[in-house]
Amino acid sequence: MAVALGTRILRSNAVAALTTPHGVDRYLKHINPMWAAHEVRARIVDIHHEVDLPGEPRVATVTLQPTSTWAGHRAGQHVSVGVEVDGTRRTTRVFSVSSADSKPGERFTITVRANPDRVPSVSSFLAYEAKPGQMVHLSQAEGDFVLPDRVPERIVLISGGSGITPLMSMLRSLQRRTHRGQVTFLHYARSEDHQIFREELAGIAGNGVDIHLLHPEAGDPNLSPAYLTKLLGEYSEIPTWACGPAPLMEAVKAAYADSEALSTEYFQPPKSTGVAGGQISYARTGTESANSGETVLEQAEAAGLTPEFGCRMGICFSCTATKKSGLVRNVLTGETSELPDEDIRICVSAPEGDCVIDL
Amino acid sequence: MTTTVMNKIALKNPFKFREDEAVPTLTPEQMDAFGVELDAIRARVIADLGEVDREYLYKIVRIQRRCEIAGRALFYLPVIGWLPAVAALSVSKILDNMEIGHNVMHGQYDWLGDPDYNSRVFDWDTMAPAENWKYGHNYMHHTYTNIVGKDRDVGYGILRMAEDQPWRPYYLGNAAYAFGLMMLFEWGVGVHDLEVDELVAGRRTWAENRDIGARIWKKVKKQVTKDYIMWPLLTGPLFPLTFAGNFTANIVRNIWTFNIIFCGHFPAGAQTFTIEECENETRGHWYYRQLLGSANISGSKLMHVMSGNLSHQIEHHLFPDLPARRYPEIAAEIREICERYDLPYNSGPLHRQLGSVFAKIVRLSFPTPRRKVTAVTEVTAAPMAA
Repeated sequence: MAVALGTRILRSNAVAALTTPHGVDRYLKHINPMWAAHEVRARIVDIHHEVDLPGEPRVATVTLQPTSTWAGHRAGQHVSVGVEVDGTRRTTRVFSVSSADSKPGERFTITVRANPDRVPSVSSFLAYEAKPGQMVHLSQAEGDFVLPDRVPERIVLISGGSGITPLMSMLRSLQRRTHRGQVTFLHYARSEDHQIFREELAGIAGNGVDIHLLHPEAGDPNLSPAYLTKLLGEYSEIPTWACGPAPLMEAVKAAYADSEALSTEYFQPPKSTGVAGGQISYARTGTESANSGETVLEQAEAAGLTPEFGCRMGICFSCTATKKSGLVRNVLTGETSELPDEDIRICVSAPEGDCVIDL
Repeated sequence: MTTTVMNKIALKNPFKFREDEAVPTLTPEQMDAFGVELDAIRARVIADLGEVDREYLYKIVRIQRRCEIAGRALFYLPVIGWLPAVAALSVSKILDNMEIGHNVMHGQYDWLGDPDYNSRVFDWDTMAPAENWKYGHNYMHHTYTNIVGKDRDVGYGILRMAEDQPWRPYYLGNAAYAFGLMMLFEWGVGVHDLEVDELVAGRRTWAENRDIGARIWKKVKKQVTKDYIMWPLLTGPLFPLTFAGNFTANIVRNIWTFNIIFCGHFPAGAQTFTIEECENETRGHWYYRQLLGSANISGSKLMHVMSGNLSHQIEHHLFPDLPARRYPEIAAEIREICERYDLPYNSGPLHRQLGSVFAKIVRLSFPTPRRKVTAVTEVTAAPMAA
């Protein structure tokens, strides 16, 4: 009650008028980093190593205590996490929430696999360097890859690698909601040792949850229409949620053809589908290069520029830049646009032909 | 190979008017080499940016926020609290506008990735809306620095600050206008972007001003509500005292910022340029123009912080997007380069630079006697090679 009243006061127009132009949050955080009226931040309360094999990137589950401004999340949604990786520059990446549905202000977890290929790497920071007590910056939970309020009797969940995280959130929520229907969960991992959440999954199995942990490298079947038919019978109309790396997702999409029962989420952006040819020019720096058909962000980086970016998958808008002229294709949706002076997310926009970007 | 005919611009007597002195020139080759040297300094500082710069900014912000909170709170102590409250609030506003606002809005801290201190997002505690100011200042003033007819900061559309501005009887009031602008500086900066003088002259239309005006109106409402209604109301019966205190703090900030800014480009020796001189300008010439058009103020570390390091106006104009706290450390190097190229490095203590600015304001309120043909024209026409 008191907290709700306090928040209402802090969010009031009167407080906004008193703290203009900076806003109340920029004063509150100097008093206590967990106080906020609008922004969302979180304190790391626990870091648990899920998979820690020698020579392999670590997988860690990070438990976060968000500020009271956290509006909660629905199973399957993702959140942007910003950290000062080298103690200086804030870097933001998007992670799926791995814990069950959360209510406003409630603790939740994200499960990350360290990605040593990319520097600076938020996931490596969280898996190897972060300590309980540290603060991170958050967005509100976002995304349409969620279970409906009324969960159908029979559902299928398919994931690969660390694509398991949003589906784990769904499974955990179903457990909590005491879903009485039938759930079939297929998960592809490289080996038993690479399996995230192994013990918890073993505990969930049974009671209407049918779990198939598959390791194709050890001889288990790959995902195919024949395998799905063998397991599920006439499967294409069963509501299905799938998340994983691009090859698995391509196989799932092919198996379900155009079925509306399928919802998917990539945890890596699809390879760009732009068309090479023409010149890409960067207006501010005066740089120019031949258009390779990759995304503007990749091409700009290859040309030696260092544009701002965040999620690199079209979610966070950190990389928004102005396209002065030219036609770009959104590599997620295939939509094209050629308006002059248009703000585009350069991480998911690939030019077709000549293009001028204000970078 | 060196060439230059120049008179060292000594600043022994600030009251002697010196704009007719020869402008030192460089050959195109020297100009290029000069640009390369400055580019190297810039690249080195950028590569070195890191945690210390971040901590510095956060420290200044912490001090500013504490001063502001203390200032607002001290108004509850009638009589004994008033003066400390005004002092704390004045410091808060000066830090907010100069070391934080001006510098953050230049993009000096965009590399932090912190949205609170991103030039696209930040707004400051003064009447001028960030978006208008960034256009007039970052673009027009920093690109066309001291080009008469282009840089609207030369005289701000109301003063005569360069001989190249033709004299009119209106300018007899130059000193009075300058005093008025000083007292109302935040309002002046706020409406600066409306270019009222251009509007009156018919070179600008009301339509062009619609969005700019709307932004000013929105910001002014917020600033006035905060300082002159909400905070005074919160102190109940002390309303008039708080009102007067906030008003005084705003005036203190106005006087200080006006003086610092006028010392940046108008002391004796700072040059102005014509549009023709700057056509097809090279990188080296751009740096050269920034150097010759700016002047530094020497002083203590506190003076530099309170001026947002704009006391290093020369370094700021050479590298407007480097964090200002880096200017003092590169100043010695810039000075050394200037000596090697025989270029003036205009620096002096606050009282001397101010004296020189006010002497110029007064002098330019009267018609300028016709100039003798000086060495300048000869030099630019035929640079000597030695």
